[in-house]
Amino acid sequence: MTTLQQPAAVDRTARASLKRDRRSWTGWGFVGPFVAVFALVFLAPIAYSIYLSLFQDRLIGGNTFVGLDNYQQALQDDQFWSGVTRVGLFLAVQVPIMLGIALLVALALDSGRLYGKNFFRISIFLPYAVPAVVATLMWAFMYGTRFGLVGDINDAFGVSLPDPLSPDLVLASIGNIVTWEFVGYNMLIFYAALRVIPHSLYEAAEIDGAGQLRVITAIKLPAIRGALVIATIFSIIGSFQLFNEPSILKPLAPNAITTDYTPNYYTYTLSFNGQQHNYSATVAIVMGLITMVVAYVVQLRGMRKGA
Amino acid sequence: MPKKTRRLLGGIGLVCALALGATACGGSDDDGSSGKKVSAGDIQAALKKGGSITVWAWEPTLKQVVKDFEKEHPKVHVNLVNAGTNKDQYTALQNAIAAKKGVPDVAQIEYYALGQFSLTKSVTDLSGFGADKLSKTYSPGPWNSVKSGDKIYALPMDSGPMAMFYNKKVFDKYKVAVPTTWDEYVDAARKLHKADPKVYITSDTGDAGMTTSLLWQAGSRPYQVDGTNVKINFSDKGAATYTKTWQKLIDEKLLSPVTGWTDDWYKGLGNGDIATLNTGAWMPANFVSGVKNASGDWRVAPLPQWTKGDKATAENGGSSLALPSAGKNKELAYAFVEYANAGKGVQTRLKGGAFPATTADLQSDAFQNTEFPYFGGQKANKIFAESAANVGSGWSYLPYQVYANSIFNDSVGKAYVSNTPLAKGLKGWQDASVKYGKEQGFTVSE
Repeated sequence: MTTLQQPAAVDRTARASLKRDRRSWTGWGFVGPFVAVFALVFLAPIAYSIYLSLFQDRLIGGNTFVGLDNYQQALQDDQFWSGVTRVGLFLAVQVPIMLGIALLVALALDSGRLYGKNFFRISIFLPYAVPAVVATLMWAFMYGTRFGLVGDINDAFGVSLPDPLSPDLVLASIGNIVTWEFVGYNMLIFYAALRVIPHSLYEAAEIDGAGQLRVITAIKLPAIRGALVIATIFSIIGSFQLFNEPSILKPLAPNAITTDYTPNYYTYTLSFNGQQHNYSATVAIVMGLITMVVAYVVQLRGMRKGA
Repeated sequence: MPKKTRRLLGGIGLVCALALGATACGGSDDDGSSGKKVSAGDIQAALKKGGSITVWAWEPTLKQVVKDFEKEHPKVHVNLVNAGTNKDQYTALQNAIAAKKGVPDVAQIEYYALGQFSLTKSVTDLSGFGADKLSKTYSPGPWNSVKSGDKIYALPMDSGPMAMFYNKKVFDKYKVAVPTTWDEYVDAARKLHKADPKVYITSDTGDAGMTTSLLWQAGSRPYQVDGTNVKINFSDKGAATYTKTWQKLIDEKLLSPVTGWTDDWYKGLGNGDIATLNTGAWMPANFVSGVKNASGDWRVAPLPQWTKGDKATAENGGSSLALPSAGKNKELAYAFVEYANAGKGVQTRLKGGAFPATTADLQSDAFQNTEFPYFGGQKANKIFAESAANVGSGWSYLPYQVYANSIFNDSVGKAYVSNTPLAKGLKGWQDASVKYGKEQGFTVSE
């Protein structure tokens, strides 16, 4: 028996290895197109940016390899760090407000006690469908103290509202625009997460005599923790990449919004006005790393609490 | 690998070219493409032989010039391309020059940006083409802007000698005299604003072009450029004269906080909220098209003076046509530029509403006696022509003025919205410009 079994076993392993061989090639065939596109549109630009960041192209002296000099300069660049601080402040104030409002609206919709629920949902979501550029132009017009809405209010009521585009208020004004744009989007994420909570839990809570507030804190919020973390991470990335709003408001508030207002706007200025493509790439990479670290820390914290 | 080697070689080549350029600046030797002698006969021969050239420009009056030029020289084809307006076009041109591909034969370059291209020898020295004989053809402001030592890097296309545009209706209504000095200007600003809090003497939220022009008029010469040696200093007497007066306008809130070229700005010019505008002689066409409802309200007066009785003015804007060094058909390109900027093309462009840089046209009766219906029939060109003759000499822009202007509001802008004094704002601009200059390899002193 044993003598008969052996060849069969060898045959099986040989066939298996042959199969595995063929399978590994088939796998590459499927993954190949993705890998090629991924390398071309994701990895290549990053690699090229890193390559650029190691050089310095001067008006006098031409292109030279400078190693990590650009990184050293970026880490000591006051203009860059003032931009980082600004978006950090923006993140700390605007994101909690925006997510708070979004959560409130989502819970209100989910409570089922709202009249005209669909209309309400659509109208909250609508601003997200407006392109950021158009939204900013629209708000910029309203912010106008001379011929805009603020100006009209001043004239009609004989008051003098502070200029929303003055240096002290412009960041808050941008925060207002961004909140208006993205409350609907975040509301939708929360609402979708709330909808998948099994109704049996609510019934059980009702039997136990829990009120609405208790249901929210004990069932709904823990259940959508994942969605909250995701929305927070998206918002962090969005805040750090702030660009559209300041660049569109710049012509209207040229002295309140500097060319290094946000890190992204700073890289834009460096690249398109200053021809400093190399340093611009460096700043972009450093900012990308900062964003990654912050987003990762938030994710770790959010998930650990959930466990 | 070969790509890398090529890049490396390209880099070395560029360094060599620049080194050669630097020696050419210091010595008297010639560096190939520039300074080449091309006789009028060569140019005529090239025109007869024919060919095609590409022109990058956004100036609208050139369209007709191209048509006329092609009619006169049937074998020559001119390809007029709008590659963007000012900054956009410079970026495109810079990229084309760096890539050594798609470089036009002729490019429109504003005076303030020309230094950036002449410094790196990206534009051809035209003195050998016969441009050296044109010094009397152009008024001194534009001519000095295209000249560097004995090299001529472009031919002036138009110019912007400054004047004061003022809303006569507003001045009449409040019985305020039209200012002739900047002190009177501040007085007029106070009176107008007191009579109607909505009326401001002018609007200003910090404009690099206007500030540098007024510094120019005040006798300040903040930039000294000698090849790659640059000196930047905003603490001369002229700058102090300017900041002292302008600080008053800012402190007393006599400047309308409306940024130029915005909707609010056009509205202000139209409804009388903005009473004056100090700018280049190219402005009338913009009044006609942008501020239609105020037709007849506005007039032109000489720019207010820093010292009573003076006639000093400055330039604001204006552009030239240059021949990029990497362009191919130099003879034809020069023939076109000369036709457009010194020959018959000038008349065509005047008819199209351009403001000339040529002395003969500035002084011609037909030009000086043109009545502007928009300005109530005023012969405004007389004032512009006089301004053109009195532009202060010795002004130069930075070889990287385009960038410097783009960061103007980061530092000087603070003076308009906070307690930062204007002089300190200018110092901040100076520091940022020095920093950039050093980063770009210039030898910068203050």
